Amino acid sequence: MSDIGISTKAMGKSGVTFSPLKVLKGFIPKLDTKAIVKNALISLASILLFVLLWHLGANYLFNIEATAKIEKARTEQGAEAAAQMEACILSGDVSCQPNTLPSPQQVIVAAQNLWADHLSISAKKTAFKAKVATTNADRKAQGLKPIKYTGRPSFIDQILTSIKTVFAGFLLAMFIAIPIGIITGLNENLKTAFNWLIQIFKPVSPVVWLLLVFMIVKTLIRDPELDKSFIIAAISVGLCAMWATLVNTSLGVSSVKTDYMNVAKVLQLSLGKKIFKIIIPSSIPLIFTGLRITVSVAWMVLIAIELLAQSPGLGSFVWEEFQNGANDSNAKIIVAMFVIGIIGFLLDRVMLFVQQSVSFETQ
Amino acid sequence: MTAGSITHPSAASLRDVMLNIKDLTKIYPTPKGDYVVLEDLQLQIMKEEFVSIIGHSGCGKTTLLTMIAGLNNISGGNIFLNEFPIAGPGPDRGVIFQAPSLFPWMTALENVLLGVKQVFPHASKGEQKDICKYYLSKVGLEDAFHKKASELSQGMQQRVGIARAFALRPKILLLDEPFGMLDSLTRAALQDVLLEVWEKEKITAIQITHDVDEAIFLANRIIMMTSGPRAQVGDILNIEFERPRDRKEILNHPDYYHYRKHLIDFLEH
Ligand SMILES: Nc1ncnc2c1ncn2[C@@H]1O[C@H](COP(=O)(O)OP(=O)(O)O)[C@@H](O)[C@H]1O
Ligand SMILES: [Mg+2]
Repeated sequence: MSDIGISTKAMGKSGVTFSPLKVLKGFIPKLDTKAIVKNALISLASILLFVLLWHLGANYLFNIEATAKIEKARTEQGAEAAAQMEACILSGDVSCQPNTLPSPQQVIVAAQNLWADHLSISAKKTAFKAKVATTNADRKAQGLKPIKYTGRPSFIDQILTSIKTVFAGFLLAMFIAIPIGIITGLNENLKTAFNWLIQIFKPVSPVVWLLLVFMIVKTLIRDPELDKSFIIAAISVGLCAMWATLVNTSLGVSSVKTDYMNVAKVLQLSLGKKIFKIIIPSSIPLIFTGLRITVSVAWMVLIAIELLAQSPGLGSFVWEEFQNGANDSNAKIIVAMFVIGIIGFLLDRVMLFVQQSVSFETQ
Repeated sequence: MTAGSITHPSAASLRDVMLNIKDLTKIYPTPKGDYVVLEDLQLQIMKEEFVSIIGHSGCGKTTLLTMIAGLNNISGGNIFLNEFPIAGPGPDRGVIFQAPSLFPWMTALENVLLGVKQVFPHASKGEQKDICKYYLSKVGLEDAFHKKASELSQGMQQRVGIARAFALRPKILLLDEPFGMLDSLTRAALQDVLLEVWEKEKITAIQITHDVDEAIFLANRIIMMTSGPRAQVGDILNIEFERPRDRKEILNHPDYYHYRKHLIDFLEH
């Protein structure tokens, strides 16, 4: 009569704790170097192909735009002007470059410029801080506010602002959606009461949320010291993004396994114990699935909302560059696009990791 | 109160009846009309008795057990526990479900402790934990107190389930095919564990099973249910083996095959 209990003891004595899951896990991450190299090569090849296609496409668009420019000069100012335009374009003079999809090289140059710009702005900031350090110390002693650097923010500053906004919006979404989700999941009547609201407001576009929040915040917040545009952006992001968490929390709470509820009934647990010891822990995986969706939605709507709320951040960076129309603006927009994509991807990875670490399901 | 009263049911006074099921009827309303699962079912279960219920799948065994547990409404008749009609679920009837249904986010100890705290609210924290540790050790889990339930194998989870039920010190223990999901080696090991703990505690137990050998090995009496709908108690078989029981001795006992034949004849009709 072989028995798991016996083998547990035997293995416990030899210093190895027996857990089938751990044994299983031990096998899974046994990394297959061959597969990793293969996957890396495939990814690298596809990146190269992507850059090549991009390069060719940008070239093609450049030629169309250039021809159109030369033809325009010809029809409007004659053959001489056309020849001048052609020479100007070929010389690479920034004043007459066709404005179209930038090539990979241009984007890389733009990225380097943005980085250099950031370094120079940081240097200015440090210099400024050193300069006003004594003044600020005096002002602090007198109870006055310190003098702040008010220069243009760098690209990196914009990124950090965006992350701050999305984080604030995410926290807000969490603090609204999880409690409402739990309450509606627990009570059928409350679910019915909230349902129409959820169904109608869920599909409302970020822009409309922004306007609504603007109306309210504008009236409520009169203190000029507060950063109103940041508050508006964060609240709008939170409201747009919270629905996935709300719906998932509600679903998780209302669909706790009958077996678990039966155990709770047999033990005659109080309502509080039932909620905090059983219902909420058992819905944690679904709540975190919701939170993960919330983060990606928040990041996605953030750009549009910052753009409209004129709140500093990547959204306004993109919009300003677009309005600006300098010769490297398009390239900077593409840099921002990649940064947005990569940060979105990283945020999702972080949430996936959190989600997996709170999951208690046996795989 | 004495064990002797079990072997002489005729001498049983009302005081020795732990569970008295009278005219029990269960009707499930379905879209196609009412479905009568049980009708006028009568059954008495004595103190310190181990009863197995056997019957074809779908005849209403789980329905009967969940009604005793108070998790399922009674459509007609009554269930008396110690002469009082049962009302709702409670820790005086410990249940071991087919799926272990431990809370996977808790450790083995925490799973047992949750119930112990409910039943012994005035005991100190240390005493409560000692109760849990005692029963977990009894089921062979002295090395797994602090393992998360989700890290345990099915068999070990069901051991925790057994410890959890016994630790409540219930009046009656209800087991619904508790080993049905386990492989046969683990099942045999757990039957031994269950019997060992039960023989110490002598808590009245009702176990549903579809395993004829398991029923003979564990039970004082085997209740055979007729096939549904309108299922009732079809036949009752007393198992007279001495306790404590030893699997090998029982398998070699001449009565074993008579019991087995009796049960299989019933089930095949
Ligand atoms: N909640 C329910 N509603 C309707 N019918 C049910 C319900 N639960 C069980 N039944 C039916 O009652 C019968 C008995 O079920 P059950 O007690 O689970 O049988 P057993 O445990 O003996 O296999 C089955 O035919 C089943 O389909
Ligand atoms: Mg069943």
